[in-house]
Amino acid sequence: MIEHFSLDGKRIPFQPGQTIMDAAMQAGEYIPHLCHNPEFRPRGSCRLCVVRANGRSVAACTSPAREGLEVESDTPDIQADRRSLLQMLFVEGNHLCPACEKSGNCQLQAVAYYCGMLAPDFTHLYPVRELDGSHPDFVLDFNRCILCELCVRASRDADAKGVFGISGRGIGAHLIVNAPSGKLGDTDFDPHDRAAQVCPVGAILPKHKGYDVPIGRRIYDRKPVSLVGDVADHQEDMS
Amino acid sequence: MADTSKGIDELETAQDTARLKRVAIEPLTRVEGHGKVTLLLDEDNRVQQARLHIVEFRGFEKFIQGRPYWELPVTVQRLCGICPVSHHLGAAKAVDQIVGVDALTPTAEKVRRLMHLGQTLQSHALHFFHLSSPDLLFGYDDAVAHRNIVGVLADHPDIAKQGVLLRKFGQEVIRITAGKRIHGTAAVPGGVNKAVSPQERDELLPQADQIIEWAQGALELAKRILFEDLESARSFAAIDTNMLSLVRADGALDLYHGGLRALDPAGQPIFDHVDYRQYGDYIHEQVKPWSYMKFPFIRSLGPDAGAYRVGPLARVNTCDLIDTPLAENARQEFRAFADNGLVQSTLAYHWARMIELLHCAEGIKILLDDPEIMGHELRVSGQMRDHGIGVIEAPRGTLFHHYEVDEDGLVTRANLIVSTTNNNRAMNRSIRRVAVDHFDGREVTEPLLNRIEIAIRAYDPCLSCATHALGKMPLEVELLDAEGQRVSRLYKNSKGEVGLPDREPTPRGCYIGD
Repeated sequence: MIEHFSLDGKRIPFQPGQTIMDAAMQAGEYIPHLCHNPEFRPRGSCRLCVVRANGRSVAACTSPAREGLEVESDTPDIQADRRSLLQMLFVEGNHLCPACEKSGNCQLQAVAYYCGMLAPDFTHLYPVRELDGSHPDFVLDFNRCILCELCVRASRDADAKGVFGISGRGIGAHLIVNAPSGKLGDTDFDPHDRAAQVCPVGAILPKHKGYDVPIGRRIYDRKPVSLVGDVADHQEDMS
Repeated sequence: MADTSKGIDELETAQDTARLKRVAIEPLTRVEGHGKVTLLLDEDNRVQQARLHIVEFRGFEKFIQGRPYWELPVTVQRLCGICPVSHHLGAAKAVDQIVGVDALTPTAEKVRRLMHLGQTLQSHALHFFHLSSPDLLFGYDDAVAHRNIVGVLADHPDIAKQGVLLRKFGQEVIRITAGKRIHGTAAVPGGVNKAVSPQERDELLPQADQIIEWAQGALELAKRILFEDLESARSFAAIDTNMLSLVRADGALDLYHGGLRALDPAGQPIFDHVDYRQYGDYIHEQVKPWSYMKFPFIRSLGPDAGAYRVGPLARVNTCDLIDTPLAENARQEFRAFADNGLVQSTLAYHWARMIELLHCAEGIKILLDDPEIMGHELRVSGQMRDHGIGVIEAPRGTLFHHYEVDEDGLVTRANLIVSTTNNNRAMNRSIRRVAVDHFDGREVTEPLLNRIEIAIRAYDPCLSCATHALGKMPLEVELLDAEGQRVSRLYKNSKGEVGLPDREPTPRGCYIGD
């Protein structure tokens, strides 16, 4: 017998072992997320997918579905919390959409639109971070990294290379490259790596291509992220 | 040619400012960006010093360092909300060179040219109708509350409506070529990322004849206003200067591409058909301690004699012809006004601007009729280079974008000389001319102050674009006691070194001993 839980009043079927997020995605129901990609082991770090399950706040991407669970996601208070989380992501880095080549193809921007985040209420930290242009085909813009660890997991688990890692703690946490020089150009990172295709923001960018796809024809220009899905699913539309 | 500089150049810096009365026009109204004018008057209300200051600060040259070259055309256009297309295309021309491209496909070049004509049309319409026509239609002394575009709408609804619709058409041309009305992304290294679709072309082409007709009307209006009181219009803020612009190989007006031509006040060439990539051999910039904006000059003539003007007045003066028939007729009439010498009247900027408006309207129709704007060959590529220089004629004048990149494709150095910066020295001289002619000994009134603003508006300055260097602005700080006596003084020079004015600067710190 197929088991079910409810998500905002809808009956969602699930298989044993599936998380709330897995089952919701399979049923075509959108729960906002940035660090989740079903190809990789859930990390639960961005906290955008936090839902209320039987009154308790849990990350949908790491919490197993259970029969009869009553899950709330699209409620005013949970959406407000998501907006606050998004605002913190925006002010921690340098996310300047008007001057970012990923605009329209950016999942952070798309989720922010979906959740109704208009502008940050917090003070911008404006960190000073340099770009790494050492690789012949890719540039790293650390200004836009949101520490989702998708590149870390993809490089380790899918590419078996371990090119990326996170170093530091708390507000000091930052993306690093696994080379003595710390430069991407000194690794075996390759444009065909899965890690080159999963970044939800404008941190890992192919060189020389920035505006090849005109504004207006980008993946989130016409439909919201809830219908279009993740950046990682649309690599063919990105170049 | 009369020396109109007599008596005004010494007004840049007064000898002794201690007893002078300060009058500031701040903020300047109906111009782009934030600026102010300060006047120092003596006890008899004689002007001893007059300066145009740009009080805002942008810093683009600095903060694009370390950024990838391919994002420059989109990033740097954020300098401005009025002529972003000019920065977009100026930067695109520079990054074309960085990717080793010296010639675009016909489709790419025509789409970019169409975008630029749309841009110049909308900017000229905005400037003439929205910003300047209230002064010109109602007179310098009209009531402040009435002397604006709302007043024009009330008294001359047809003129105001045409101005709004001319601008709208230009914005629509930008939308179909750049992808957005403001801050588009179409110009990419080596070409464009979209052509014009037949549907987009069909939206605009039926309006083209009406736009040409309105542009003719605007030109007639600008002329009528100028000729109504010709003598005062001719002498108002008049200065004799060199003029600089791009011209096409055959000498024609070309807003998108060409060689640099500079003429002296008598109309004789200083240099001609110079490859703009050599601009550094011909143009230098001077920094003055009292302004955020640099002062460019023609190198062979030196900082003072080498001052020049750019923009519509310069372009219509320097070119030998205009390749659209109605605008060419207007150009010939314009040059005949000065017996085929250079027209130097500052208020003739408006006349020249409307000649260009007509040229843009005609040029847009020609390009909309050209099937190549709908072509499919959009981009070419070449061997990467370590620098690129793009120069274009923005609505307000010649615009230089110069970038150097490292082997990773990241910007290491940038130099932007924007149109308003080119006119800095001339604008300062024009306001001094107004100060000498209209202020001396008279009680300062609002209409008098508005005359200063009218002189500045004639140039159509974009003050926000004009200040962009970071960390190089010379600065002087004075500490005064309660009686206004100077207690100490400290300054920073253009290298960022700090010191007392009578000692050598030190890069490490400053003297605060006294």
